[in-house]
Amino acid sequence: MDKVLLAHGGGGSKSAELTRRVFQRFLHDPLLLEMDDAARLPGQVFSTDSFVVKPLFFPGGDIGRLAVCGTVNDLAVMGAEPLYLSIAFIIEEGFSVMQLEKILASIARACRESGARIVCADTKVVERGKADGIFINTSGIGRPLFKKPVQPSRVRPGDVILVNGPLGLHGVSVLTARGEFGLKGKIKSDVAPLWGLIKKCRSLDIPFMRDPTRGGLAQTLNELAQGKKFGVRILESELPIPRKVAAVCDLLGFDPLHVANEGKVVMVVARRDAAKALKMMRSHLLGKDARVIGEITSENPGRVTMATRTGSERIVMAPVGEILPRIC
Amino acid sequence: MEVCGTHTVAIRRFGLQRLLPAGVKLVSGPGCPVCVTPDSYIDEAVALARQGVVIASFGDMLRVPGSRSSLEKERAAGADIRAVYSPLDALQIAAETGRETVFLAVGFETTAPGIAAAAMKALENKLDNFSLLTALRLVPPALKALIAVDTGLSGFLLPGHVSAIIGRKAYDFLLQHRLSGVISGFSAEDIISSLLLLLEMHNKDIYKILNNYPAAVRDSGNEKSRTVLAEVFEPVDAEWRGLGFIAGSGLNVRPAYAGLDSRRRFTIKTESASPQRGCRCGDVLRGLIDPPACPLFNKACRPDQPLGPCMVSSEGSCSAWVTYG
Repeated sequence: MDKVLLAHGGGGSKSAELTRRVFQRFLHDPLLLEMDDAARLPGQVFSTDSFVVKPLFFPGGDIGRLAVCGTVNDLAVMGAEPLYLSIAFIIEEGFSVMQLEKILASIARACRESGARIVCADTKVVERGKADGIFINTSGIGRPLFKKPVQPSRVRPGDVILVNGPLGLHGVSVLTARGEFGLKGKIKSDVAPLWGLIKKCRSLDIPFMRDPTRGGLAQTLNELAQGKKFGVRILESELPIPRKVAAVCDLLGFDPLHVANEGKVVMVVARRDAAKALKMMRSHLLGKDARVIGEITSENPGRVTMATRTGSERIVMAPVGEILPRIC
Repeated sequence: MEVCGTHTVAIRRFGLQRLLPAGVKLVSGPGCPVCVTPDSYIDEAVALARQGVVIASFGDMLRVPGSRSSLEKERAAGADIRAVYSPLDALQIAAETGRETVFLAVGFETTAPGIAAAAMKALENKLDNFSLLTALRLVPPALKALIAVDTGLSGFLLPGHVSAIIGRKAYDFLLQHRLSGVISGFSAEDIISSLLLLLEMHNKDIYKILNNYPAAVRDSGNEKSRTVLAEVFEPVDAEWRGLGFIAGSGLNVRPAYAGLDSRRRFTIKTESASPQRGCRCGDVLRGLIDPPACPLFNKACRPDQPLGPCMVSSEGSCSAWVTYG
């Protein structure tokens, strides 16, 4: 590896390779090496994320909403209430102030929705051509509110896997908004702060919780299964994949399970808690379509498999490299 | 044999290969455009990219290793290489940048008419900075070459999209070899019903070419598309990975449109290098072995570091075997 390729930023196994072979040689704090969505500090969790989406505005959201939700959700899936955010802008010379105002209004709205406060900020402006309009970084601190820590080592065969609604909307929304493929029709991104929904479930024991963003559900489930003594099995017939998403994916040759979501959470709970978890999720607007999509098995350890509609079975792999560049 | 890469992927995605009755086996054929494109073609594209030409290509080609580099690596090193979904996007790049733009014309009868139409549009719009580096391939000549030797195949699941252009009659030559074919769509139901038709014919010792995708395919195909194609392109002998040179199996730009032909427009110098040692893509493409029989399969050659094109292309059979199991 002598050059960074776009594929290294895709969130799949190429990203993992860059992290392992380059970053971890220099940065190897034990908290960092846990490779969670956020670091667990004493009494709080801490996370950071950068946003480079193109186009900046897409149906259902924009880079501002994405920047707040991204970090808020990384904290939320650690079972933590998002409290404080920092935000930093890198803006290209010549960027329209009107557009900037639109993005800021959206940031303010997303903060109100999520309950997080932006308490420090920074702005840099670079020469024309040195950035693509605007890039945003957010970092956040949250307070863990779950009784039992979200800890994948406590996942057991027999547990069930839940998701709060339709998959693939964000990636497909951004893709069609680019207009590059001559695709028409608006598909709204699902970008939303998840803490409100997750908070409803805080009395439950949830050993695994992730937001399936870049790399989609397939990436999240593979991270869950990798190196473990259990397998993950999902049911094709239960996967909530909207027809529009399936159609676009079919046309472009993508697997909808590899497409990013920005308002979805995958939870693993004990089978006896499944009904309770669904009820709690469904009591929130973002969870009204919550459903069980699979289970943890003792077969196929380390692997994710899918029972297909045809009555057969197949492997579900994490995406390899660049699926859709710059979707978040 | 399922000829088409899209079928290979669909079969594995639906897990159909696990549902087949004993005694029935599906082998993948040479119908993945990226897979059958030889190394030398990538080398030509890399050489052009290094000359400062804008390269526009279907995304699948970017990661295919040539003998020394790949387009993905050239892009990271600063070459202007753009993934597009349509040859018309490449035209737009040529119009907007005003720079020499080369479209990597790779594909079968399905993509060739669209590329021909884009080329005609370039002429119409007097765009004189747009050209095609062709590696277009034709399905029937490859099938003819394949069955010229005994393959042990009993029938073909024929590609739906290619057949929409060339028509059902284009496969009549199979009958002389006592081989049947069924043209199939891409849903699980389409594929299962097509396999059933093939098995019925096999069991009754009947040889026919059936069209099980009538929504898209006619007996004589799409004549209009073939006319556009024939206006710009002419058949030539062409190299296929695994199958070698096959007479009349490729398409080149006709001399009348020399300006549209990157090979006439530029001097392309490539250094040849020895092919990847151990890679058995060629045998996979001929249906001689299943991917796991290749010594590199899922060891040195994996989806995240593919050595052979059958692992690079999402339609390649090696990739489909790893991805869907």
